[in-house]
Amino acid sequence: MSEEFKIEIVNPEKSFLVKEDVLEVVVPAFEGEMGILKDHISIISFLKPGIIKVFSKSGDENYYVEDGIIEFKNNNLSILTSTIISVADLDKSKQGDLLKKAEAEASKSEISDQAKYLADQKVEVLRSIN
Amino acid sequence: MASLDDLKKRIASVKSTQKITKAMKMVAAAKLRRAQESAERGRPYSEKMNNIILNLSNGISDKENAPKLLSGTGENKVHLCVVMTSDRGLCGGFNSNIIKKAKSYFSKILNEGKQLKIITVGSKGNDQLKRVYGDKIIENISFKESKNANYFDADKVGRIIIEKFEAGEFDICTIFYNQFKNVITQLPQAQQIIPLNNEEDHNNSDESYEFEPDEDEILSNLLPKNISTQIFKAMLENSASEQGSRMSAMDNATRNAGEMVDKLTIEYNRSRQAAITKELIEIISGAESL
Repeated sequence: MSEEFKIEIVNPEKSFLVKEDVLEVVVPAFEGEMGILKDHISIISFLKPGIIKVFSKSGDENYYVEDGIIEFKNNNLSILTSTIISVADLDKSKQGDLLKKAEAEASKSEISDQAKYLADQKVEVLRSIN
Repeated sequence: MASLDDLKKRIASVKSTQKITKAMKMVAAAKLRRAQESAERGRPYSEKMNNIILNLSNGISDKENAPKLLSGTGENKVHLCVVMTSDRGLCGGFNSNIIKKAKSYFSKILNEGKQLKIITVGSKGNDQLKRVYGDKIIENISFKESKNANYFDADKVGRIIIEKFEAGEFDICTIFYNQFKNVITQLPQAQQIIPLNNEEDHNNSDESYEFEPDEDEILSNLLPKNISTQIFKAMLENSASEQGSRMSAMDNATRNAGEMVDKLTIEYNRSRQAAITKELIEIISGAESL
């Protein structure tokens, strides 16, 4: 029996990634990392800044996301996100830019606790890459 | 009758106008392709977003405590209208169609004795509306610098709207934009985004979802995003419509200029011939009198 399911990542501009031969996806859900295998129960959750790991027959890929919503239904995983960058494309300068932005955001004093938490997450994740 | 010289000048001027409109048509056609593509590519996102929200709102346990963005404030007094137009002119009826639609909606609201607030996106709409509804316009947003519609801009508009909603400045929010159907047809749309209007309630999705964290939290996180998404969708549709409308307008203008050049050329030739004939008659009658 095949263990594969379909993943579709869309951002507002386009359909970012469609893959049919995915074995496992690990997403940074809001309440902790979540691994999704075939025949997972239908679920809706949203993401915090982190790395989406896609394990598929045709190779593994990692993506950096800042936010998003996931929906899993009938072995279809949809991820909606406004900011997504493939880790492979994320060179040092881009990473530095994002990090600077995130740090600036995190050091603002007037933001809410949740926003602060998210910004801290961003900083942490960006630092952990490489 | 205009002199030969004047006619010549007019023909030259019409011809150069024709060149400009032709060039604009070409540019619009090229841009249209890109705008149309991005409008089509943007559709899955907003559709999926809509689906998820629909599933969520069906699954929500107590409707009373649903987030305000979904259920509304329960009142219907202050209307916020977001009129989305282009920043450039020369695109046929594109802007006027939106304005017309918006104006009829405005007068309906004002007749019902409700309060009206307007946000204009794009400078052309602001130009047309400020004469009559100048005191109602609370904000004018323009993205002249950005070349293409992008999500970042849409998010900015979305944030402004949500901020105002949370400050209790309005109860109902409607956005006006042109939906792109094809190059010659663009449909002006009025879409209510707050509270969310799910008329097409399909209750067929009876399967249960697991939510993490719970529905309410997801919804309150998702709804603001949905607003930005809807605005982004409207922006994409608008930019495709704008280019389509401009293309057909410029096509018409080019054709009209061509007709005008033909007519003026005929007139020019006629008067030239008339002048020659006149001179000949003068010469002949002069010779005869000798």
